[in-house]
Amino acid sequence: MSKRSSWALPYFIFLVLFVVLPLLLIVFYALTDGNGHFTLANITRFFSDGDSLSTFALSIEVAIENTLLCILIGYPTAWILANKDYNRSAVTVVLFILPMWVNALMRTLATAELFTMAGVTLGKGTLLFGMCYDYLPFMIYPIYNVLNKMDVSYSEAAQDLGAKPSEVFRKVTLPLSMPGVLSGVMMVFMPTVSTFAISEFLTNNKIKLFGTIIQENINNSMWNYGAALSLIMLVIIAITTMLQKDNSEQLEGGTI
Amino acid sequence: MIGNDKIINIEHLSKSFDGKKVLDDINLYVKRGEFLTLLGPSGCGKTTILRMIAGFLQPDEGVITLDGKDIAGLPPHMRPLNTVFQRYALFPHLDVYDNIAFGLKLKKTPEEEIDERVRRVLKLVAMSDYEDRDVSTLSGGQQQRIAIARAIVNQPKVLLLDEPLAALDLKMRKDMQIELKEMHKKLGITFIYVTHDQEEALTLSDTIVVINEGKIQQIGAPIDIYNEPVNCFVADFIGESNILKGRMMRDRRVAFLKHEFDCVDEGFGEDVPVDVVVRPEDIYFTTDPAKCQFTAKVNSCTFKGVHYEMWVDTDTGYELMIQDYDPYPVGSEVMLYIDPDDIQVMKKERTDNSFPAKVTGEGKVEFLETEFECNTEGFEEGDDVTASIRFEKVDLLDHEEDADLTGNIVSILYMGNHYHLTVKTEAGENIWVDSNDIWDKGDFVGIKILPEDIKLSKATQGNE
Repeated sequence: MSKRSSWALPYFIFLVLFVVLPLLLIVFYALTDGNGHFTLANITRFFSDGDSLSTFALSIEVAIENTLLCILIGYPTAWILANKDYNRSAVTVVLFILPMWVNALMRTLATAELFTMAGVTLGKGTLLFGMCYDYLPFMIYPIYNVLNKMDVSYSEAAQDLGAKPSEVFRKVTLPLSMPGVLSGVMMVFMPTVSTFAISEFLTNNKIKLFGTIIQENINNSMWNYGAALSLIMLVIIAITTMLQKDNSEQLEGGTI
Repeated sequence: MIGNDKIINIEHLSKSFDGKKVLDDINLYVKRGEFLTLLGPSGCGKTTILRMIAGFLQPDEGVITLDGKDIAGLPPHMRPLNTVFQRYALFPHLDVYDNIAFGLKLKKTPEEEIDERVRRVLKLVAMSDYEDRDVSTLSGGQQQRIAIARAIVNQPKVLLLDEPLAALDLKMRKDMQIELKEMHKKLGITFIYVTHDQEEALTLSDTIVVINEGKIQQIGAPIDIYNEPVNCFVADFIGESNILKGRMMRDRRVAFLKHEFDCVDEGFGEDVPVDVVVRPEDIYFTTDPAKCQFTAKVNSCTFKGVHYEMWVDTDTGYELMIQDYDPYPVGSEVMLYIDPDDIQVMKKERTDNSFPAKVTGEGKVEFLETEFECNTEGFEEGDDVTASIRFEKVDLLDHEEDADLTGNIVSILYMGNHYHLTVKTEAGENIWVDSNDIWDKGDFVGIKILPEDIKLSKATQGNE
């Protein structure tokens, strides 16, 4: 046993170096001033800074909109992909997942170029388009996974008990696929809050998101305030993750 | 309680999956209030029939009527039938109450009525205090009860049950069998039950439909199916049996075990090969030489709870199974007799292998998608002929080299002094083999037929 557990050592070192240590550094910088003295000023500055707060609110708003958009487009797509009557090939699924393999930055730059070429004014519309385009696969895949693995006997049982196809979907398929939707929400909502590249390229920096101001602070060597903002975001991510965990346990297992 | 009118009538039902015929011309009817069981080994097509009645599958050919009306175009949710699924299929996101109320709520039944009916079925399945429970917290047996409750609460005209007890352990299965039988009596609903368990079928059913390889083998009451199986498959599948080759000498006289016996069967003709079934409990021991029909030596004796199971070697070289309340010591010589009533004579389904064949050249003939050498004297190249091979002339090899073709053993029948095997060739044809070697079901075998054992005859119309 002790011999085996020593195999975990490299991973442990990796974790400490690249996860735990950076996190501790964030906490350290967030709670100190430029001279290394303990202070809560960075945190309080955020809550008293109207600009930061409104950027934060806008980020959340955009994230919610993007997530809803992804569900609206992603769920029907996943449903069609998982439905054996419409799709029998795994290749189609791969085609939908394929964009995940291409660097998001490259896709965003290309999208921005296309918009400029077509003469579309960059703004919130293009921002949402780009976000949805970037994150849609992360919504489709977990939903597809749940739907694909769902025992057909549930929908057969519902039909057998007198449910019309629309009722089968509403009363059985949809509630049973909620773990997939929740996984999808997790994978779309949180990254959208912290994104900055997409808003930078697709709005020409007209719209600033929470991720943008973190990046700006860090870039301008205001490490302490940047770290404080990061910490606030991490706390929010942690809270939503825990909420999601409770939910998915109730619904028996998420995916991914 | 069983009415005389047919609630369900099935005519000429056929179904193929990927070109493979799984059901072939099924004809049967179900009487109102009856407990009918579709019985057969796995893959015989019984579940396919049930799924077609429920509406989850469409027949390729044939008609299913419910109360005289064709239900072909009716989707599952419009059929006044309910199914108890093999894996229960209880909705995991609903509690026990909502699972059972699912069908009633869809029909917009008034709240109070739902309440009352759910409580009534919960009482019927002895699960009264469980209505608020999460279905995932229930045991297999409890889930089974809820699945039954969820189906019968809708008061279906027919209840379809797809191997509902298969996932339960033996003790639980026995208890549930009794409860199902009582439920059937109490409710008066027609039950169509699918199972591969012959004992379950015998215990529960008013009528059993025995199915094998997509064809109905026999339909009858449990006692008739047990006592008068129509062929070797039914005799072997239901209960224990000694199946032997025999010859009908004349009416009421049959020869088997190299002895002649009186029997009660008539109408087979004279000097006709037949199969004979004698149940192990129907061979009697005697000490009276006048009653003795043949002698044997006991070669094993095992206590089975109520009776002893003995294997004996007869004076003519056959091995028989006998069940008796008294044990006889191993090695002892015993005198045996069989009552005429207890001998079940069955028409032989086939007496040799015969295949449609084509002469492909001098001394060459093709059948089963394989070319064989044989004597083609009297036939020209291109002639359509019938190739016959006696069961015992087909050699089985445990390797592919030297074999003419290959196949898998799909069934084994012990005939007292040899095995009668059914081998399915790669092309999907059956070839029957008599062998003294011990093989297992599913074995991959090479098949070898010597040129001199293939007999050709002129192809006759309709010959298979």
